[in-house]
Formats: sequence, structure tokens, C-alpha cells
Amino acid sequence: MYSFSEIMETISMIRDNNLDIRTTTMGISLLDCADTDIDRACVKIYDKVCRKAGRLVEVGNSIERKYGIPIVNKRVSVTPIALLAGVSGGDPVKYALAMDRAAHAVGIDFIGGYSALVHKGFSAGDLEVIETIPQALAETELVCSSVNVGTTRAGINMDAVRLMGRQVKAAAERTADRQCIGAAKLVVFCNAVEDNPFMAGAFHGVGEADTVLSVGVSGPGVVRSVLAGMPADAPLDEVAETIKRTAFKITRVGQLVGSEAAELLGTRFGIVDLSLAPTPAVGDSVAHILEEIGLEQCGAHGTTAALALLNDAVKKGGVMASSSVGGLSGAFIPVSEDAGMISAARAGSLSIEKLEAMTAVCSVGLDMIVIPGDTTPEVIAAIIADEAAIGMVNSKTTAVRVIPAIGLREGEELNFGGLLGYGPVMKLRTQSPARMIQRGGRIPAPLQSLKN
Amino acid sequence: MNKQEKAVVTVVGKDTVGILAKVATQVANANGNIIEVTQSVMDEFFTMIMLVDVTALTCPIYELEQALKQTLPGMEIHVMHENIFNSMHSI
Repeated sequence: MYSFSEIMETISMIRDNNLDIRTTTMGISLLDCADTDIDRACVKIYDKVCRKAGRLVEVGNSIERKYGIPIVNKRVSVTPIALLAGVSGGDPVKYALAMDRAAHAVGIDFIGGYSALVHKGFSAGDLEVIETIPQALAETELVCSSVNVGTTRAGINMDAVRLMGRQVKAAAERTADRQCIGAAKLVVFCNAVEDNPFMAGAFHGVGEADTVLSVGVSGPGVVRSVLAGMPADAPLDEVAETIKRTAFKITRVGQLVGSEAAELLGTRFGIVDLSLAPTPAVGDSVAHILEEIGLEQCGAHGTTAALALLNDAVKKGGVMASSSVGGLSGAFIPVSEDAGMISAARAGSLSIEKLEAMTAVCSVGLDMIVIPGDTTPEVIAAIIADEAAIGMVNSKTTAVRVIPAIGLREGEELNFGGLLGYGPVMKLRTQSPARMIQRGGRIPAPLQSLKN
Repeated sequence: MNKQEKAVVTVVGKDTVGILAKVATQVANANGNIIEVTQSVMDEFFTMIMLVDVTALTCPIYELEQALKQTLPGMEIHVMHENIFNSMHSI
């Protein structure tokens, strides 16, 4: 039998330190829903999502009850809609509406995949989907959208970057009366992954099976509390070792829940995403882990190094714990979703430049950052280009999810509610990158793309 | 689905008369079969770990926990499925 301390450790992780499963995400391929008649394709999409994911919420709830571990979100990701729009033509917003209806029907929290992969160029359907993203996000509630504008192998499609600068702004403008929520559901990627279970960037890659079930764990609170129990002068290699051990345990729970859910749903188990995903709840913050490592506040010099240590230790612990690891896998630093980041941003100790540096050493990128409402599309495009360059050169996924706070200025705040959180408008540089952005074209793939 | 399912019951708190008896009664009421019990009392501080076969349990695990908490107010009681501990603490 287990020792008393083992048992109490597990119980306190779950009951006191917010260990939970952030999401169980079912990936559903829509390739067999493609049709030259867009209305018929929409009916097929609705039917397939309802058929495959109909029991997702029920199974999630039953596992939640069985193990006493909260599964915070149940989500669906689908094949990038641009592929279907390319076959059908017509107004792609119809697809978004069909996805939204299906998501409501099965009771999930989000559905991702109003997406286009345009890192090397635009093909049929891509431009149509990108042009309609702001409208689709404004007219739906649960649909999330993503666009991949660059990869290490292909370079960066700067025409797409320019376009996305405009669309991010437009998505916020269209939902200005709803805290600009449109932009919070839109991610621009470099090196997007096909099996990411996290929103808003989840889509179901064409290399995936017909349906898979993937899991994203959470647990920054657990890591922080374990570190808090260490001596304050423990060397950093011991800190890393402790994080590794904790990440192992957290991931094991993800593996357990994921494989059991997949079995109950009669689908293939996809991956566990080894990410520390924060929530705005107190005690569930990645920033607070960094502060526990020994920073006065997140954003101080040393933050990048502490985050690099954390990110690496989480992966090392997690990879042994799961039969199949994938997705984004690393520490997330979404500003508005992390209580510690929010206070650091409010206090002015966390700047966008520091966040950019942090994205070079952890998963994803400039995430959930509220920017001034009068930011020009060119500046947004330039932020995307900077972030994509970091991803391209370092062969890692990077993303931009910034929310222009229409009508608000620096220091004022947006509040999205729920997991998306709240945050102050952060200061950007105002010098214009317009001439570079207007050049368009492509940033060629770096030398590290030539691996063959 | 004949696989044996087990749950771990933990009870921590101030020692009084009849804790084990009350826990055992509630477990039996829910048709749980007690497999193993370890218990200790140190300085009037009672700790107990009980392994229960819940394959034929007549109620969900969390309801058993609720019932135990009602029977023993003031004690810290948790009932969790064994798989969680298995996956976390054994490779």
C-alpha cells in the first residue's frame, strides 16, 4: 500500500494546489466532410462533430467524478477550414456558424480550427478564410481561429503577416462592445503544431487520425507549492530536479485521464501536452513559480533564465510520464490568464520586450497581451513578424495573441471573464515599422532549415 | 468490466471512540469491501488509510466521501480512486 505521505501529497496537489486537467480536446478530421456544395459540407460537419464528440462532456464529467480531478474544459479541434473552403468556395463564415452550432449542441467550451496554413503561400480557400476571420469570430461564440504564417523550413510569409496585422485589429474592432473578445480567440503561429489541445490555437492536422483525444494538464500551483517547501538557498540544480519530479507526477495524472477518456469514447489516445497552463485563480500562476525561484517580481532581470530552467525541467519530468507527448509542451505565459503576470504588468515590471525574450525559451509566445486600441495594423504585423522570427530561427512554435483594446489607453484594463482573465493595456513602441511591413514578400527560411 | 476497482480512504483528525467503526459501517452501507487498513494514533492525532474494493459500490465515490464526512464531522476525510496514486507514485 501507499505511504501516508504519498497519499497526502496527492490529495493536497488536487484539493489545495489546483492540480487539474486543463482540457480534454478531441481532434476530429473533417476531410470526409468536404463537399463542392458549402451548405451540404456544413451539414456534414455538424453531424460529424455531434456524432464523434457527443459524449465528450459526459465522459469528461464521469472521469471528473471518479477521480475527483476537475477537467476544466472540454474542447474540439477540427481540420483547418481553409481546406474545406478551398473545395466548396462560397462564404466560409457558414463553416464557422456550423462549428459554433455543433459546439453548442454537444456542450463543449471551445471549438478550434477556423484556420489556414499559409507559411509558404496562399492556396484556394486560404485567403477567403483569413479575410472572414473577424466576422466569423464576431458572429460565433465558441469558435477559435488560427493562422500559421511561418515555419523553420519555409520561412515567413510576410504577405500573410501584413494581412494578419489587419485582421487582429479588425477582430477586436468587431467585438469592441464585448471586451474585444474576437482578438482573444485568434492566434497567429510560426511552426504551428498539428496536435495542440490548447485554445485558441488548436486545429486537427491532416497527418492525424480520424479522431484522437488529447489532454492538456495544468498545475503551476503544485509546482509553486513544492518549491515553497524547499530551503530558500537550495541550488538551482536542486530546484530543477524538484520541478522535474513534480512535472512527472502531474503528467501521470494527464496520461491516466487521457487514456481512460479515449477508451471510454472508443477513440485513439493522442498526446499529453506537457504544459504548465496557468489560470487567473490565485495559486495557479507560472509567474509565481518564477518568483518562488527567487525573483522579486516576474519581469525582473533573471526572469528569462528562471523560465528556461522551468520549461526544461517540466519537459524532462513529463516526457517519462507519458506514452505519447506532443502539442506545445512547455510553460505558458499568457499575461491576462496568470495572476502573477497580471500584477507584474500592472506594476510595470513586466514589459512586452521582456515577454518577447521569455518566448525564446518557453512554449508559445506573446499570449493574451492587451495592447493600446490605437495600435496600427502595421505595428501588430511587426509584433507578429518578430515573434515568428524567434520561432523560425529557434525551430520552435511561437505565436501571437494580442488584443487591441479598442477605445482604451495604456493603464486601462480589459476583462474577458473566466479562464481568459483580465489585464492592463501594455505599452508598445510607437516608432513605425510600416515601410518594412508594406514590402510584403517572404523572409527566406534560415540555414537551419537545411537539415537533410 | 470485471476489473477490480479500488479506492483509498484517508481519515485524519483528533482521536475519539469509534472512528474506525463508523467508517467501516459507511463503507459497508455503500457495499464497499475493506481490503486493508493501517491506522495510528500519535498524541491523540488519529490517521488512517483504508483500501476499499469499490467494484460493486452502490454509489459514486464522491458520495461515499460525503457520507463519511457527515458521519465524522471535524475529521479530514478523503476518498480517492486508487488509480491516481498508482499512476503518480509507481512507474
